[in-house]
Amino acid sequence: MGVDSRKMAFWAFIGSECLLFGSLIATYLVYKGRSLVGPYPHEILNIPFTSFSTFDLLMSSLAMVLALAAVQRGDMKQGKLWLLVTALLGLVFLGGQFWEFSHFVHEGLGLTTNLFGSTFYVLTGTHGAHVTVGVIWLLTLWIQALRGKLGPKQALTVEITGLYWHFVDVVWIVIFTVVYLIQ
Amino acid sequence: MSEHGAGAGAAHATTGTYLRIAAILVMITLIEVGVFYVPTFQSVLVPLLLVLSAVKFTLVVMFYMHLKFDNRFFAFLFGGPLLLALVVVVSLLLIFYGAVRLRTGM
Amino acid sequence: MKSWLITTDHKRIGLLYFWTAFGFFLIGGLEALIIRAQLIRPDGGLGVSAETFNQLFTMHGTTMVFLALMPLSAAFFNYIIPLQIGARDVAFPRLNAFSYWVFLLGGLFLNASFIAGPLFGADRLSVAPDAGWFGYANLTSRQFSPGPNVDFWLLGLQILGIASLAAGFNFIVTILNMRAPGMRMLRLPVFTWMTLVTQFLVITAFPVITVALVLLMFDRFFGTHFFLPAGGGDPILWQHLFWMFGHPEVYILILPAMGIISEVLPTFSRKPLFGYTVVVYSGVVIAFLGWSVWSHHMFSTGLGPIADSVFAGTTMLIAIPTGVKIFNWIGTLWGGQIRFTTSLLFAVGFIAMFIIGGLSGVTHASAPSDLQQTDTYYVVAHIHYVLFGGTILGLFAGMYYWWPKMTGRFLSEGLGKVHFWLTMIGMNLAFFPMHFSGLLGMPRRIYTYPAELGVARFNQLSTIGAFLIGIATLIFFWNLLRTRWRPANAPANPWGGATLEWAMSSPPPVYNFTVIPTVASRLPLWQTERHAPMVALPAEPPAPIHVPGGSWWPMITALGLPIIAIGALAHLIPIVLAGAAVVIVGIYRWAFEPFEM
Repeated sequence: MGVDSRKMAFWAFIGSECLLFGSLIATYLVYKGRSLVGPYPHEILNIPFTSFSTFDLLMSSLAMVLALAAVQRGDMKQGKLWLLVTALLGLVFLGGQFWEFSHFVHEGLGLTTNLFGSTFYVLTGTHGAHVTVGVIWLLTLWIQALRGKLGPKQALTVEITGLYWHFVDVVWIVIFTVVYLIQ
Repeated sequence: MSEHGAGAGAAHATTGTYLRIAAILVMITLIEVGVFYVPTFQSVLVPLLLVLSAVKFTLVVMFYMHLKFDNRFFAFLFGGPLLLALVVVVSLLLIFYGAVRLRTGM
Repeated sequence: MKSWLITTDHKRIGLLYFWTAFGFFLIGGLEALIIRAQLIRPDGGLGVSAETFNQLFTMHGTTMVFLALMPLSAAFFNYIIPLQIGARDVAFPRLNAFSYWVFLLGGLFLNASFIAGPLFGADRLSVAPDAGWFGYANLTSRQFSPGPNVDFWLLGLQILGIASLAAGFNFIVTILNMRAPGMRMLRLPVFTWMTLVTQFLVITAFPVITVALVLLMFDRFFGTHFFLPAGGGDPILWQHLFWMFGHPEVYILILPAMGIISEVLPTFSRKPLFGYTVVVYSGVVIAFLGWSVWSHHMFSTGLGPIADSVFAGTTMLIAIPTGVKIFNWIGTLWGGQIRFTTSLLFAVGFIAMFIIGGLSGVTHASAPSDLQQTDTYYVVAHIHYVLFGGTILGLFAGMYYWWPKMTGRFLSEGLGKVHFWLTMIGMNLAFFPMHFSGLLGMPRRIYTYPAELGVARFNQLSTIGAFLIGIATLIFFWNLLRTRWRPANAPANPWGGATLEWAMSSPPPVYNFTVIPTVASRLPLWQTERHAPMVALPAEPPAPIHVPGGSWWPMITALGLPIIAIGALAHLIPIVLAGAAVVIVGIYRWAFEPFEM
């Protein structure tokens, strides 16, 4: 077809991941309102805090496209900078998730407390695991760049990294809406 | 392996475009949060939020993931399963609840 | 020996898949024979205990679906697809090797449960999975399945899922992106088309079962209540998630075999496939519709009249493209110069047996009639007519067809005819009576039945039939083995096939084609109305062709997965982490390894 094989494979993978997250979201929605005991979403979800997380992830996507654009035009100084910024914003998101989870546990919402806890932690946990993989991936690229081994010739690799990262962001957009805003 | 990225092929977004889109994404998020808090919108909360988040989703996919400018087949590779995922979610909701209703509270 | 461990050559990987899968097929068959031996008479049978029986039918189903039928199809995907599209290998050769090793290790992990009892303090040797191949909740809960059996099952299937997904991405890209010049989509061999469609089903369906298995794992390991009513969960959700995977899965099982016979029939009729475009589109339509029918496995769960009607309707609808293909296959044979090779016999057998299986399937589509049939032996009849009479006969057709290409040696036609007739008699004797015993009320998955039920005679026939299948299969196995000592005298195109896999020697050189062919028609090697046969490819490549070396990393990365699973089974986090470390290191070394296609 005259397209890059790795890029095609990655879009197929992203398609597949839609079903993965779709099933988890479906499970969350099916069990919404069926918890036998609290805490319940409206008692515990913190919209201002989560809005900040959402904003953080959106900015990380911006950083990612800036990183890719830099690498594509051969500006590795900017490339390195934006790759690192993306990874750091990802770490901030993860930090936020950790804080949120420990706060919830402290408030009495554990994994096994009720259906809300189970579906919430598994869904957002799976997402968080994906973010973690993304951060490691980004940092690997950043280190490669530091060693002078990343340049415009590897732009496709950076592009695919970007596809992964943006997808993870896009999944969060859905989660933010469906879990947090539509209670 | 050939490189189909910046410059090759159709029109390509610029840094300015990316920044503008980032601004739009932030604005929409603020609107979403606003809609959540303002009582007037409660009755249309769900459809409004779904539409707003769909717009964000589309912007990121089309521009940041470059789908608008890339080979149309990628849109199929992504769009097909995405549609399927949506159908899965809606079907399960219909089966379990007889209607697509996102319940409040508990 | 080492070269087999590090190989990334699709032809070798195809052979590895074949032998491993065939081995598991024999194991699954043995499980079936013990089941049938037990059921030969009522009221206790031969004394197989209920628990053992549960393990037998669970492992028979799981093994046949995941360790035999899918990988046997994969053997042909691997060997044949790059050849049919005029490529030198698949898009991602190391990922291809990875899929094989993960399959092997997953299969070994699953079967290790047969002897793992003592490690878990069980009072018996075997702790094999025992909750059915479909693992319904909440039988699978820790409360009702306290031992490690179901853990082996859910961990083993997660491992195997990774293998299938990786292969799915690989073959989609290969088929779409690595075709020879002139090989337009509507010139692709039907086997390649059906494989492409199948891989789309794989990459969309497997994530769903992955989620289901993960949720079950959380219930069992971490105390959640996803499928447990006591905590608000609904066991029906398991069924929905499972069958959303499970139904596409059966199309994953049948479409490749349909592809195979769509190659075999034209070759041995010396006629092009009747209605190529229609057959291809029907395959695509079947895949789409295959996603819409899942709850026809759940008619007895109280879905309500609307859901029942919707799923009955979609299920009946899917009979249409399926039926269309059958007419096309018959149309291919009609008026052809038919050569009754063993391969052709199996292909014709497929059509006949699949029609029977399809008819019982149509009776299942109607929710009211299904209420009598569900969970009885009538369903067992249906699934074996479509899976044995369909997929397995189709795979046998492929084996006789492609064995000379893959090994340079012919299978014995004499033994092949014996294999065929014994199989046809055996399978009909085994499975046809099950329609009757099922309608008379014999439930599935019971280790014995009362004499008063009046199904003893039918069960006797089934058991005899099953053993005939066993004998036939052993004859086939002998046929396979003896080719080791036969002369490697198969020519490039022993059957006069039309497609590119027949263009070079049998087996092909390691680089597949001396020169990548340019394709001008659907039937490159045949003289057709508008095209002369393709010019023969040169005997030697004009310039040296780079053949990638092997790699250790696919196998090593794969090894990490069962280590993680063992750690989970043993509830030992350090082992889980060690396995994860193996995977991570493997991936990094793989990513940074210089590997030129």
